[in-house]
Amino acid sequence: MILQELAQAIGVSGNEDAVRKIIADAVRDHVDELHTDTIGNLFAVKKARRAKRALKVMVAAHMDEVGLMITGYDESGGLRFQPVGGIDDRVLPGKVLLVGPDKIPGVIGAKPVHLLKGDESKQVIKIDAMVIDIGASSKEEAEKLVKLGQVAAFATRYNKVGRTATGKAFDDRAGCAVLVELLRGARFPFDFYGVFTVQEEVGLRGARVAASAVEPDCAFVLEGTVCDDLPKDKDTSPTTELGKGPAISLMDRSVFADRRLVDHLVATAEKLGIPYQFKQPGVGGTDAGAIARSRTGVPSVPVSVPCRYIHSPVARLSLDDFDNTVRLMRESLKRLTPDLLRR
Amino acid sequence: MKDIIKKLTQAYGPSGYEHQIRQLIREEIRGHADEMRANALGSLIALKRGSGRGKKVMLAAHMDEIGVMVTHIDEKGFCRFASIGGVFPLTLLGGRVVFGNGAVGVIGMEEKHFERGKTPPLDQFFIDVGAKDKASCPVKVGDAAGFLRPFEDLGDRLVAKTMDDRIGCAILVETLRKLRRCPHDVYFVFTVQEEMTLAGAGTSAYGINPDMALAVDVTLNGDTPEAKHMAVSLGEGPAIKVQDSGMVAHAGVKELMVRRAEQAGLPYQLEVLSGGTTDAMAIQIVREGIPTGCLSVPCRYVHSPSEMVDYQDVQNSVKLLLAILAKPIEL
Repeated sequence: MILQELAQAIGVSGNEDAVRKIIADAVRDHVDELHTDTIGNLFAVKKARRAKRALKVMVAAHMDEVGLMITGYDESGGLRFQPVGGIDDRVLPGKVLLVGPDKIPGVIGAKPVHLLKGDESKQVIKIDAMVIDIGASSKEEAEKLVKLGQVAAFATRYNKVGRTATGKAFDDRAGCAVLVELLRGARFPFDFYGVFTVQEEVGLRGARVAASAVEPDCAFVLEGTVCDDLPKDKDTSPTTELGKGPAISLMDRSVFADRRLVDHLVATAEKLGIPYQFKQPGVGGTDAGAIARSRTGVPSVPVSVPCRYIHSPVARLSLDDFDNTVRLMRESLKRLTPDLLRR
Repeated sequence: MKDIIKKLTQAYGPSGYEHQIRQLIREEIRGHADEMRANALGSLIALKRGSGRGKKVMLAAHMDEIGVMVTHIDEKGFCRFASIGGVFPLTLLGGRVVFGNGAVGVIGMEEKHFERGKTPPLDQFFIDVGAKDKASCPVKVGDAAGFLRPFEDLGDRLVAKTMDDRIGCAILVETLRKLRRCPHDVYFVFTVQEEMTLAGAGTSAYGINPDMALAVDVTLNGDTPEAKHMAVSLGEGPAIKVQDSGMVAHAGVKELMVRRAEQAGLPYQLEVLSGGTTDAMAIQIVREGIPTGCLSVPCRYVHSPSEMVDYQDVQNSVKLLLAILAKPIEL
């Protein structure tokens, strides 16, 4: 499955080459055009089935993942680092990483429980107090192995467990995998621009220039999104729930989803009996924020595969949700007509 | 002008859900513009052509209002919500909201968690739409609501929800209706989504690519008891923005506004706003950059359901816009 290969590839924001190569190889035989722009976005274009092209639709997923960047060295050979994208300090101690292009295994050291004193066990260790241990015994040795500015990603294998999968970087390799599946399928009744973007996690930068280049009539953004369906003590809703189908966004911190596109997705899902859910409004931000504001404006909507524990070393998604996201997108796109976007 | 102000402030239109207010404005300006269209995100653009030797001028006022969006409906039919734009929890308890389908809700608060003297955070409030349970709830997750509060004419002062920025919309409508013998092509733009992302203004400006732009919006003031220092008062005239926390007004545009106010004998005040910004921020940095200024209507209690403006300030804002547009513009 392409999701496995994509999730195990390393593509910390700004360093998406390995992911781009996997995707390019996977879609090359199924598209009419394939090219990369200066910032690193990959464009895969599938022309319309008929000559009449009334619409240009962009479907985007970001290739980058959150990770760490090496910023310095300790005298004893440890690597200092800072986060790339949003990472909670609390998920880091004790984690195994792959560092630099040579994928050197490293571990973020944590003090053994035997040595904790007083309130230490209750304190959060701040990121600037942590080091990555790659087994180097001196600063000089560490400098030879890893260069300043190189990145590290979590060393997490992909595992399939029943109808779920665990792995790293499902945000947004799940979206990339959905987009690959769409590109491998039949043509649509319009020109389809599949865009695999860069640098989403550090400020939606790839999507901004990609949308400006494509100038689409509307856009769909495929994501792996927050899922917090573990038990709660109040009757207030989770952001999304595992196994309840693709999550359609209405409003997040970056965008108002175009209501006509939302309603079209819902109508398609209900007609075909595809499960869906709304992502709780107000949470997160996606490439849709940058795409919607590009040039004269692009009606946009994010559609996501719910993933528990995103932005941590391991996430879990439902393979049924994944399949239903592919299906909902394919069926909704097939039924998309220019009338929908008239005002 | 009070009629149009009342009509516009009473209309429904939280950010992202401007369909009803757009339709209302469309009807109010029909027959006064040479061209009218809504763009991809829903901003309404009305062009009034000039005599042909002038500039391309864009005037922007945002149609959207702050509000709330339902995030969850519990078993008993109570709605939890997220804010649309800058909603202050302090203004919520006992307030009412209205949804696009006309359903009305009252805002209640979790009593168990209330601490005397402390304003509860947003997630401790809920909306009661009078439903007996989840099944009978007339609204759904994702439905957006605006605040509900009647317009009041206090004589010199007017009070309503959404003076921010329906007062700007009313000023644009009135200016369009009164505009005669103007050398410039004037684009009256009623933008969307200002309160959250400024998405309507930048995208409209990109399409129009004007030579000069003015946002028309409300600003804060320093004339209420124990207010924070700010040299803007109600009734002292329209405010010409020098800067706010999102933009520095183009010096040439600012000076043009001052010059025209003085030539026309209109009162005005200069505005430096320390917190907040307007559509002008997004317009200014579009394409190669657009000389942009902002005409502000001083307003008390901004982002509460009772925003107050001075009627003279409003009328003088229309006069100042007409004075700016009447003659050739050199920046």
